[in-house]
Amino acid sequence: MTQASSLYTGRRLRNQAFKLLSIIAALIGIGWLVLILSTLLINGIAAIKPSLFFEITPPPGEMGGLANAIVGSLIMVVLAVIVGTPIGIMTGTYLAEYGRHTKLAYILRSLNDILLSAPSIVIGLFIYTALVMSTGHFSAYAGIVSLAVIVIPVVVRTTENMLLLVPNSLREAAAALGAPSAYVIRHVTWKSARAGIITGVLLAVARISGETAPLLFTSLNNSFWSLDLSEPMASLPVVIFQFAMSPYEAWHELAWGGALIITVAVLGVSILARLLGAERK
Amino acid sequence: MAQDMQFANPKVGMEPAVPQDKIKVEINKLNFYYGASQALKEVSLPLYDRKVTAFIGPSGCGKSTLLRVLNRIYELYPGQRAEGEVMLDGKNILVKPNDVNILRANVGMVFQKPTPFPMTIFENVAFGIRLYEKLGKREMQERVEQALTRASLWNEVKDKLNESGLSLSGGQQQRLCIARSIATKPEVILLDEPCSALDPISTAKIEELIDELATDYTIVIVTHNMQQAARVSQLTAFMYLGTLVEFGNTEEMFTAPKDQRTMDYITGRFG
Repeated sequence: MTQASSLYTGRRLRNQAFKLLSIIAALIGIGWLVLILSTLLINGIAAIKPSLFFEITPPPGEMGGLANAIVGSLIMVVLAVIVGTPIGIMTGTYLAEYGRHTKLAYILRSLNDILLSAPSIVIGLFIYTALVMSTGHFSAYAGIVSLAVIVIPVVVRTTENMLLLVPNSLREAAAALGAPSAYVIRHVTWKSARAGIITGVLLAVARISGETAPLLFTSLNNSFWSLDLSEPMASLPVVIFQFAMSPYEAWHELAWGGALIITVAVLGVSILARLLGAERK
Repeated sequence: MAQDMQFANPKVGMEPAVPQDKIKVEINKLNFYYGASQALKEVSLPLYDRKVTAFIGPSGCGKSTLLRVLNRIYELYPGQRAEGEVMLDGKNILVKPNDVNILRANVGMVFQKPTPFPMTIFENVAFGIRLYEKLGKREMQERVEQALTRASLWNEVKDKLNESGLSLSGGQQQRLCIARSIATKPEVILLDEPCSALDPISTAKIEELIDELATDYTIVIVTHNMQQAARVSQLTAFMYLGTLVEFGNTEEMFTAPKDQRTMDYITGRFG
């Protein structure tokens, strides 16, 4: 019969130590998150009141809200997704369906990966040079384009991955009925991968909702109510940035409120994406 | 290689039992390549109208490859090519002017694993019809019902046509796929190991169905299961290492094979 040897006892001790280290590491990681979220909740909830949603950003020393920044963020995020999603889905479709083994697809995929990990400030600077310097002024258009440039690689990547998960037997079955490839893609492959593709779009929404750097150089900010896309436009991240750095107490409070709104929105979108992803499995 | 060459002349034997049988598809000196490797070598055989022909042989012998040439489904993948002739009603389907999608509408295929599309049972069957015919609502309903009835699935699904095709059992899914194939009114039906993912009861149902379908369609079935080949087919082709070794009446083939390799295979000595 096997006895508890010193080898076994030692292994048991190492096992315990390893487990302990893992738990400590997990607690440290989650601890920071709890700290961040609790600070955000305490300060943010205090700032949540009706005026936050109905009044526009105030000048220093006055009371106000974030209405223009919330609407500005919504407009720019929604339009960026509307612009970026079709391009992203079509590119992902090319990579997964038509160009799967071609050199062009290989190059596109590599470029997309670079774009995916490009610092957003670089994208902001690029759009600044291309659209702001050439037109001579900051505009919501430029903000939308720079956010769309961030949306595209995320959607390309998820679309390609989700389409690759669709078994070839399904494509063959559709083709075997005499369906041309474009028809197979639209009616069978996209349908199979739909939940995954939507998840990708939602993740892109979550990603751009909090982006500050690309908007600093493009849509800048606007202390007034403006829906004109050719004018600078306020957005939550930029307002938070500006107000948090300011010396005014009222602005700090608004910045906390804005931070809470963004966090809750991004969290909501992420949970939605998760639920859709789970449904797929 | 030299050893392979000696298989190049299959003993294509005997004429079929009923002499007035019409040849639907004539395969002539067919060679097939996956990139540089050759998977079929000079395969020639006829497929008779309204008969069931079974392709048997050990894994990798080329029987599925041969099937996949008959509707040119292999073309979905780069690097695969076929040389030779496959005459469907006297026209070579391998040459360019033939539209591949029209060909596939006329030569249906059912796969090893059931492949229902992620849509309703009704839409699964209507899918192929919609590609080539513009039907009114009533006509479409009739066609779908016909196809499902023909695939002996109608009674099981008539009350849930709007449920997902994925909600059916494996055997039902496979019959749905058969219904989907015959809904487009093909002339030839290719079955690629249609029962290998199914339980014995579902298998029996599909085999019965194959029997019935043979009154209207030319059927080719690839199978690993020799009893199945013996049960459902009138003609059998035995393939080995990319060549056609023996082709003939199923009955004779299973009782008195002409080639030693056929004998070895059907008695279970290899494969």
